[in-house]
Amino acid sequence: MTATATLDAPLAAERLTHLQRLEAESIHILRETVAETENPVMLYSIGKDSSVLLHLAQKAFAPGRLPFPLLHVDTTWKFREMIAFRDRRAAEIGAELIVHTNQDGLARGVGPISHGSEVHTDVMKTQALRQALDKHKFDAAFGGARRDEEASRAKERIVSLRTAQHRWDPKRQRAEPWHLYNLRKRKGESLRVFPLSNWTELDIWLYIERERIPIVPLYFAAERPVVTRDGLLIMVDDERLPLEPGETPETRLVRFRTLGCYPLTGAVESPAATLPEIIGETLAARTSERQGRLIDKDGAGSMERKKQEGYF
Amino acid sequence: MTIHPSRDAFGYEAFLATHQSKEVLRFIACGSVDDGKSTLIGRLLHDTKQIFDDQITALQRDSRKHGTQGGEVDLALLVDGLQAEREQGITIDVAYRFFSTDTRSFIVADTPGHEQYTRNMATGASTADVAVILVDARHGLTRQTRRHALLVSILGIRRVALAVNKMDLVGWSQTRFEELVSGFNAFTGSFGFTEVRAIPLSAKNGDNVVLPGTAAGWYEGGPLLSYLETVPVHAEAVAAPFRMAVQWVNRPNSDFRGFAGLVASGIVRPGDRVSVAPSGLSSTVARIYTADGDLAVAREGQSVTLVLADEIDVSRGSVIAAAEAPVALADSLDTRLFWAAETELLPGASLLAKVGTVTVTATVERIASRIDPETGLPAPTQRLSANDIADVTLKLDRPVPVDAYAANRDTGSLILIDRESTDTAALGLVLASTFGKVGSGKTEAAPQAAPDATPRSEGFLGRLKSLFGGR
Repeated sequence: MTATATLDAPLAAERLTHLQRLEAESIHILRETVAETENPVMLYSIGKDSSVLLHLAQKAFAPGRLPFPLLHVDTTWKFREMIAFRDRRAAEIGAELIVHTNQDGLARGVGPISHGSEVHTDVMKTQALRQALDKHKFDAAFGGARRDEEASRAKERIVSLRTAQHRWDPKRQRAEPWHLYNLRKRKGESLRVFPLSNWTELDIWLYIERERIPIVPLYFAAERPVVTRDGLLIMVDDERLPLEPGETPETRLVRFRTLGCYPLTGAVESPAATLPEIIGETLAARTSERQGRLIDKDGAGSMERKKQEGYF
Repeated sequence: MTIHPSRDAFGYEAFLATHQSKEVLRFIACGSVDDGKSTLIGRLLHDTKQIFDDQITALQRDSRKHGTQGGEVDLALLVDGLQAEREQGITIDVAYRFFSTDTRSFIVADTPGHEQYTRNMATGASTADVAVILVDARHGLTRQTRRHALLVSILGIRRVALAVNKMDLVGWSQTRFEELVSGFNAFTGSFGFTEVRAIPLSAKNGDNVVLPGTAAGWYEGGPLLSYLETVPVHAEAVAAPFRMAVQWVNRPNSDFRGFAGLVASGIVRPGDRVSVAPSGLSSTVARIYTADGDLAVAREGQSVTLVLADEIDVSRGSVIAAAEAPVALADSLDTRLFWAAETELLPGASLLAKVGTVTVTATVERIASRIDPETGLPAPTQRLSANDIADVTLKLDRPVPVDAYAANRDTGSLILIDRESTDTAALGLVLASTFGKVGSGKTEAAPQAAPDATPRSEGFLGRLKSLFGGR
C-alpha cells in the first residue's frame, strides 16, 4: 500500500497552528517526565508562565488528577495579590501545594531592601529552592522558563541535568534530538524540565486569551501606588518599603509584565486593562519583559552565573 | 475587571484570529561564524522587529567590547549567547531563536559551523522542516558546506535555502552566484532534496534577507523571508500512516482507560482499526479524548488520549498504528549513528537505547563503516570516536516497534544512553530492522527512499512471516 492511501485530501490541507503545536509539545514533555521520573514537582511561581504551565499539566493528565504537587518558594516578599491568587487557584483545582521559605534566611532577616537583590535572590530563592528539592527528594522539577527570555536561556535544554549540588554545567548538556528526551540521571542528580522552552511572550498571551486562563490581576492596568527606585516604578505593596523623608507614593495607572518580589519588580505605565490591549502592547513593545527585573542587571552574564549556582 | 474599549482594540477579533491561527516553521541555520550566520539570524530578528530597545542598548555596549564590526552595531552579538562563547568569539552549542511575522512563527535552530560539533547540527536538523545553508560568496563552497548539506539530507530535510551571503563583497556578481549554485546542485544531486532555493544576499546590509535588495537587478526571486513564509511544512509527516507511541496509560477510575501520546504521523478518527505493537493485537478507536472534548479527527503533531473499543494489552512503549500499515517489530537494528560521547565506541559495548517511548538494552553487534562527512561514502572501521557518523548494527534485549527513518522521522529514530554517566551518547536513525534473526528477514528501507517506502508488514500474518524469516 502507499502512504497516501490513508490520506484525506481536505484534512491534509488543514494545518495545526503554532499554538496547537506548542501545546502538544508541552503536554508531551510533561507526560514523558512524569512517566520516567520517581518524584516530580512543578515549581509554581504564580506568574503568567506558571499559569500556562499549570493549565497544560491539567490538560496532559485529564481526566485524571495532577500526578505531582506544586511547589512555591516563598521569599516572603511576593505581592500580596500573588499569594491570594496562589491559594485560591490551588484550592480550585484541588492541587497539593507545598510552600517553602528559607527559615534560616528569614531568621537572619534577609530581604531585598536590607541585603540587595543579589544576596536576597541567592538566599531566599536559589538556596531555598535547593532546600525544598532536597527536603522532599524531588528528582525532577518543572519550571516555566522560556528560551526567548534571556540569551543564556536560548541554549538551555528542555530537560536540563543538575548535579547533586544543583549546579548547571553548560558544558555537560545532552543532545536533545527529535522528541526523544533523556530523563536518566545518576543518584543524587536531578532534572529541571522546561515544557515552555519554545514559547515566546506573545505566544503565552495569545494562549492565555484563547484558553481563558486565570492570571494574577497585577498583569492588568490599574491605579496603583508607586515610587521610583533605580529608574524602575516600584509598587508600595506593604509598609516594608522604606520611603525617603517627605516622599509619598504616587498613584499611577500601571501594570506588570513579569511578577516577582515586589521591591525588585518594576511596573510599566500602561492603560492596558484587557487581554486584547495587553497583546496589542506586547506586539508593539519596545522593551523586553525582563527589563523590569532588577536581578538580571547584576552584571554581564549574571543569569548564566545564577543558573550555574542553582537558580532555576 | 473594567473593559476599556479603545481604538486599539477595535478590529481585535481579526487581529487575534490572525495571530492565533499562524503556522510555525522550524528551520536550521547552517554555516560558520565567518559565513555570517549569526549576523544573518540577527538580521532576521532585527528586521522583523523582534529586538527591543533595551536589547539594542545592550548590543551597542557589547559591540564596543566584543564586536567585530569596528565599533558598528554587531548584529551577531544578539545571538551569541553564553559568556564563555562571547569571549572565544564562537558559537559552541545549539541555541533556539524565535521570530514571527503576520503569516508564520519561526523557530530557528542555530548550530555551530565548525567540524567537531556534528551532533549539535544533527540535533538542530532533527526537528527542522527546512535548512538554510549559508555560504560566503567570496569563498564559495567549502568542505563545511558539503558537510552541512550531507548532514541535513541524512537527517531527512528535503527543502533547502542556499543563502549566498556577502554578495556585496563580490559586487553582486551574477556569474559568481550562478557558479556557486550550479556547484551546489552538482554536489547535492543525489541527496534527495525536493527543492533547493538559492538566494543572493547580504546579511550585514540586509539585502534580500527580510526586505528585497536593490543591488542585484538580475535577481528575480524574493528575499529569504518570503521563501520561509511560503515553503510547505509537515507535508511528509501528515501523509504518512498513523502512528502514536504510548507515553502514559491514563486510568483515573475503572470507567476510563486511555492511552496518551503525541501523534507522530498521519491521521486517526474514531472507528479506525488500529494495530498495537508489540502485542500485535488489533482494536478500534472508540474515542479521541482531550481535555477540550472528544475530537472527530486527530493528526500528526497533536497530543491526545486514545480510548480503544477492546480491553487489549497496551502500555507505555507500545505503538498504536493504522491497522492497514502496522509498525514493524525488531530486535536488531541497522542504524546510522551520530556518536556524541567523548569516549570511543567498540563492538560489544552495551548501552541503553530509547526508541520512541521505550528504553531497552542495546549491544553493539557490528560497526559496519564510518561515513565520510563530506562525501557520504562508507569506509570500514573498528571503532568510533567523538563526532563520527557511522553505520552500526545494534542487538536489542527485546523487540521494539520501529519504522525506517526514511519513512518516519519519529518512529525511526533513537538515542543511545551511556549506562554509567547517563549522558546521551549517540543519536541514531533506523536504516533497516530485523526480528528474530532467523534467516534473512530484513525489512528493507534505503536511507534516501521516498516516504511511501514504508516497511511492508501485513498485520499479524506478516509479523509471523517476518518472525520466521519467511518474508
